[in-house]
Amino acid sequence: MKSQNRRSFLRASTAITAAATGLTPTTAHAGPKNLLSPDRLGVLVDTTVCIGCRHCEWACKTAHDLDTPPLETYEDRTPFEKMRRPDDTALTVVNAFASPARPDLPTTVKVQCMHCDHPACVSACIVGAISKQKDGAVLWDTDTCIGCRYCMVACPFQIPAFEYGKALQPDIMKCDFCTDRRTEGKLPACVESCPVEALTFGPREELVRVAREKIRRAPERYVDHILGEHEVGGTSWMYLADRPFGELAFPKLSDRPAPGVSESIQHGIFAYFVPPVSLYALLGAVMWTSRQRAADEEEHS
Amino acid sequence: MSHSMRPQPLDRKFVTPGVLVLLLLAANGLVWLGGRFLFGLGAVTNLSNQYPWGIWIGIDVAAGVALAAGGFTTAALGHVMHRAQYHAVVRPALLTALLGYTMVAIGVSIDIGRYYYIWHPLIMWNGSSALFEVGICVMIYMTVLYIEFLPVVTERFIGRVNLPGALARLNTPLDRLLRLLDRTLDRTMFVFIIAGVVLSTLHQSSLGTLMVIAGQKMHPLWQTPILPLLFLLSAVAVGFPMVIFESLLAARSFGLKPEMPILGRLGRMVAPLLGIYLAFKLGDLFVRETFVYLKTVSVVSVMYVIEMLFGIVIPLRMFMTPAVQKSPGLLFTAATLVVGGVLLNRVNNFIVAYTPPYATHPYVPSVGEISVTVGFIAILVLLYRAAVIFFPVISLPDRSLTPASKYSVRG
Repeated sequence: MKSQNRRSFLRASTAITAAATGLTPTTAHAGPKNLLSPDRLGVLVDTTVCIGCRHCEWACKTAHDLDTPPLETYEDRTPFEKMRRPDDTALTVVNAFASPARPDLPTTVKVQCMHCDHPACVSACIVGAISKQKDGAVLWDTDTCIGCRYCMVACPFQIPAFEYGKALQPDIMKCDFCTDRRTEGKLPACVESCPVEALTFGPREELVRVAREKIRRAPERYVDHILGEHEVGGTSWMYLADRPFGELAFPKLSDRPAPGVSESIQHGIFAYFVPPVSLYALLGAVMWTSRQRAADEEEHS
Repeated sequence: MSHSMRPQPLDRKFVTPGVLVLLLLAANGLVWLGGRFLFGLGAVTNLSNQYPWGIWIGIDVAAGVALAAGGFTTAALGHVMHRAQYHAVVRPALLTALLGYTMVAIGVSIDIGRYYYIWHPLIMWNGSSALFEVGICVMIYMTVLYIEFLPVVTERFIGRVNLPGALARLNTPLDRLLRLLDRTLDRTMFVFIIAGVVLSTLHQSSLGTLMVIAGQKMHPLWQTPILPLLFLLSAVAVGFPMVIFESLLAARSFGLKPEMPILGRLGRMVAPLLGIYLAFKLGDLFVRETFVYLKTVSVVSVMYVIEMLFGIVIPLRMFMTPAVQKSPGLLFTAATLVVGGVLLNRVNNFIVAYTPPYATHPYVPSVGEISVTVGFIAILVLLYRAAVIFFPVISLPDRSLTPASKYSVRG
C-alpha cells in the first residue's frame, strides 16, 4: 500500500513538473515591449547618397570627448583600404565597398549601434545595465555595469566594445544616439554633420514611410529592402542600398527578435518558479521514501 | 564492509616534489593575474571586441561548473536516494565541488572588467538574463556547499578545540557551540542537500542557455535550442566519472588502496547516463540536419568529431564492459575520457563554436590566460591536498574495528 502511494505521488509530481515545463510561453515577447513607444525615433541611412567624407566619424568623436584628429585629416581615404569596426575609440566608422557598376564611386556605409527594438544586449545584461528608452535609444549605464561583456556575446551586429586597456572602471562603448545632445534640442552629431543629408533623423514610423517612398520613386536606385525594418524584430537605425545588404557586410539575420529563443527557455524553466519548486518537492519525496525503506530493511534484517 | 570505513584526516606530509611543481605553477599564474589587475584585461589576455570571452570563461567557469557536478550527483545518489554504500565518495566529491565552485567564483571575478562590482547582481536583477540566473544560482549553491561541508569541520574540532594561551578560556564555549551547530545541521541538512541538487540542475542547464542568445554567431553544430538540456545531461553524465577520476588520482597520490568496489559500481551507472546524453546529441545532429557540416574537414568538424568520439562513444563502450569496472587502469582511462570530453564540449561551445560575423582572426588564448588557468587548477589541487590532510574527508578503514593488515596501505 505504501509503495503504491509513493508511486502515485511520484507520478503526480512528475506530471506537475512536466506540465509546468511544458508551459513555455510560446508567445513570449523579447525585450521591453511595453516600452516601445510609437513615437520612438530613428535614423534612416541612405548609402546611395553617402559620399564617404567621414565627417560623421569626426563629429561623433568630438561629441563624445574621444581623442579626435583634426577634421582635415579625414580627407585621407586610405582608411577605406581595410574594413573597420566601431570600437572604444570610435563609436561609428564608415566602410567602403567597391561598386561593380561604378568602380570610381564605391558605396560607403556608416556603421554604429542599430538601437534594436528588442535588443539582445538588454535581455542578456546580467545586471540590467542596458535599457531600451522610450525614444528608441539603447543606453548603457556606467553605474550598474560589471564589465562581464555578455552584451558583446549577445549582440547580433557585433557592436558593443570594451576598454580592454583600462585596469579600473573599463566602459562598454557604443553609440548612445547622442542622448545628451538631443535633450539640449540638438540633432545627433553625425546627422548634423552630414553634408549630403545621407542621414535622416525622425520618428521611426515616419522614416519607414520615407524609405518606402524613396524606393517607390526610384526603384532603379534601390533594392526593395529597408534593412532594419524587420531584422531582429526591427531596429531604430535603418538602411537603404543599391544592392543586397549581404554585399555590404551586413549579417543575414532573421526577423525574429534576437533574444526570443533564450528568453522563452529562461521563462520556461522558471515559469513562476513552479518547475524548481516541483523538483524540490519531488526530490524531498524520494529522499523521504528511500530513508523509510532503508529503515524498514534494517528492521527486517 | 562500508561500516568499517570512516572518513579520517590523512596522515601525510603536505610538501612533496609534485607539490613544489604545483606551487611554481600557482605562483606563475598569480604573477600574470597581477598583470591583469595592474594593466587591465587587454594587457594579459587575447580577448578583443571580436572575442569578448576566452578560456577564463570557457574553461575556468563553464568547464569548472560542469566538472564540479560530482558534488550534486553523488549527493543525489548517496543522500536523496539514500544509497549508504556510496557514502565514502560523497565527501571527496563534496570537497571537489566546494573548491571547484570557489575557483569558478574567483574565475568570474577576475574575468569581469569591474571585479569590485561582483556583488551588483545580488541587488540589480535582470530576470531575462541567463547569466543572471547562473550567477545567482552559483552564489547560492556555493553557500549551500559550504553549509554541507560544515559537519566535516565540526567533526574535526568537537572535543579537540585547543586554543593557545589566553584564548584557552574560550575552548569550552567554542566546543559547545560546535556541538550545537552539529546537532542543528544534522536535523536540517536534508533541506540543504535537496536545495543543492535543485540549484545544480538549474544552473547547469542555464549555463547552456547562456550561448543560445549568441544566435548565429555560434556554429550550428553546437547552437541549438536544446543546449540547456545537453548541458544538464552532460553534467549529470560527467559527475561519476569525475568522482572516479579524482578518487583514483588521490589514491595514487596518497598511496591508498583504490576503492574499486564502490568506483566499479559507480562506473556501471555511467553508461546509461552517457547513453542518454549521446542520444540527445545525435538526435539534435539529425533533427537539425547539422551533420552536413561534418562532410568538410575544418577546425569545427574535427573538434566536434573528437568531442563525440573520444568524449562519449569510446568511454560509453568502455563503461559497458565489465572488465573496465574491475580494472583501476581501464576505469581511470574511461573516466578521464568522459571528463576530457565534457571539458572539450564546454571549450567548443564557448570558444571554438563562437564565430562572430566580423572576425578577422581566430581567438587563441595568450600565455597569460593559460598561465592563470593552469595556476588556478594547481591551487585547486593544492587546496584539495591540504583539506584531506587536515579534515576527515577520505574514508579509510577504521583501525579500531578492523585489523590494519587487511587494508594495508600501499607505497
